[in-house]
Amino acid sequence: MSASITDEVRFQPASDQSLLVYFGERISLETHERVRKFLRLLESEPIIGVRNLHPAYCSVLLDFDALKMTHDELQHALTARLARIDELPLPEPRQLEIPTCYGGEFGPDLDDVASLHGLTPDEVAELHASAAYVVYFLGFVPGFAYLGGLPKAIATPRLASPRRNTPPGSVGIANDQTGVYPFDTPGGWRLIGRTPIAMFRPDRSDMSFLSIGDRVRFTPISPERFAALKSA
Amino acid sequence: MSSILVESPGLLTPVQDLGRLGFGTIGVSPSGAADPVSLRLGNRLVGNDEGTAALEMTLIGGAFALPDGAIMALTGSDFGAQLDDFDIAVGTSVEVRPGQTLRLGPTRSGARCYLCVQGGIAVPPFLGSASTHLLSGLGGFEGRALRKGDVLQIGLTNVPFRRRTIAPRVAESLSERKVFRVTRGPQADWFDESSSRAFLMATFRVGEQSNRMGIRVEGAQIAQSKKASMITEGVSLGAIQVPPGGSPIILFVEQQTTGGYPKIANVISADLHRLGQLRPRDEIRFELVTFETARAILIQQEGMLASPESILE
Repeated sequence: MSASITDEVRFQPASDQSLLVYFGERISLETHERVRKFLRLLESEPIIGVRNLHPAYCSVLLDFDALKMTHDELQHALTARLARIDELPLPEPRQLEIPTCYGGEFGPDLDDVASLHGLTPDEVAELHASAAYVVYFLGFVPGFAYLGGLPKAIATPRLASPRRNTPPGSVGIANDQTGVYPFDTPGGWRLIGRTPIAMFRPDRSDMSFLSIGDRVRFTPISPERFAALKSA
Repeated sequence: MSSILVESPGLLTPVQDLGRLGFGTIGVSPSGAADPVSLRLGNRLVGNDEGTAALEMTLIGGAFALPDGAIMALTGSDFGAQLDDFDIAVGTSVEVRPGQTLRLGPTRSGARCYLCVQGGIAVPPFLGSASTHLLSGLGGFEGRALRKGDVLQIGLTNVPFRRRTIAPRVAESLSERKVFRVTRGPQADWFDESSSRAFLMATFRVGEQSNRMGIRVEGAQIAQSKKASMITEGVSLGAIQVPPGGSPIILFVEQQTTGGYPKIANVISADLHRLGQLRPRDEIRFELVTFETARAILIQQEGMLASPESILE
């Protein structure tokens, strides 16, 4: 029997209008599922005065209206809900594919990543495309998904100095995470490829291509296929 | 519909309202006015709802032709505005006759000046808000700052002109302050005694690289005592994060929704609007208060703003 969830959760005021709720101190699928269940709980039983939710690997930050409640009042309302968190079912995760053209102009850091690990660029691409990833959360900018599950053999630290520009669709690696840049933003992740898929589509009701909890695979494609999908 | 012709856009002039809340789970931060108190007061001067879309000018204002006239007000910092050849003051409603042109120049005080017009700036809402998120190119007018030649539509309105001004008491209490009150950050205990002291003792200078995403400040080097690496977590508006370089960054309205640097402190809600008036090279300090005090200051400030006497007719 594991201890009750309410004993394991830690509350931490982050500002006078926000509260961090930690579900663990280590990245794991179990903690991730609690984050997802917590979000579902707040969707089905919203708390008046909570204005925004920022989920991450092990925690959710709640932004609230400080004119309507205190940290203690919010913590009290959450504790009552958290008692029921483990009863909540989670839907089967979606399985999605991200077609990716590796290397060359599409992945300017692929060669460096390969040489850092004593691998060939093709081996890095194969390893990256062989794994099944989990969308732990979306953050940074609209539609940017933090994907866990990168093979250890290609885990690589961020660039020493971030790029000023990153082409939209760039597939990057930072330590044991991978992700796709939705917009041309500054970024320090090492770019190994690019997808023609738009990761954020403001004209659609499901704006973000990826959602928290999705399972994702990268499928290698040729530059020709990239061009064809891009113009489709 | 009445329109505004952008003859000159100024340095950086996006459309802003009070931002879009509730989309943090897909990585969308609220954005919205950098100085929301000035935006709210400006809208009240012209008879709009507080959160109506307006133009946010940054450091250097633009020139705007008003072929159909308008009821307008400028709030925030004094950008030396003239309507045709007449000086107009910040913090008062003005009736613009058809064909007049509003011209603004470089700031004479803080970083931002708001141009509010009765009826608001009409742009298609994105996720329920007219605010521009410059980094992702979403919202506002075509997702970007204004350019020369842009034509903006003003929302329909037919409320008669009333001369209104911001009560001196309110203007005085909102005037520039260089001491920002902060509460303890979620990783405050990651910093050693001397760094925590230095953070509260030092004078910091606002960096040139500051923008709507983050305000960089340079002064004391703040060192972490704990060498653990942090797991990325949600970050709040006004969070003061300290990257390994030791120079703090205050997360601002176009902030990333999550971040991996430890936060030593967080600017209190009542002082967030003042961040929007900071210019590069301004000097600031931080003063620690409790969460209870921060909340009391916010309640007091909002009470003052909500009072009907905050706007004089």
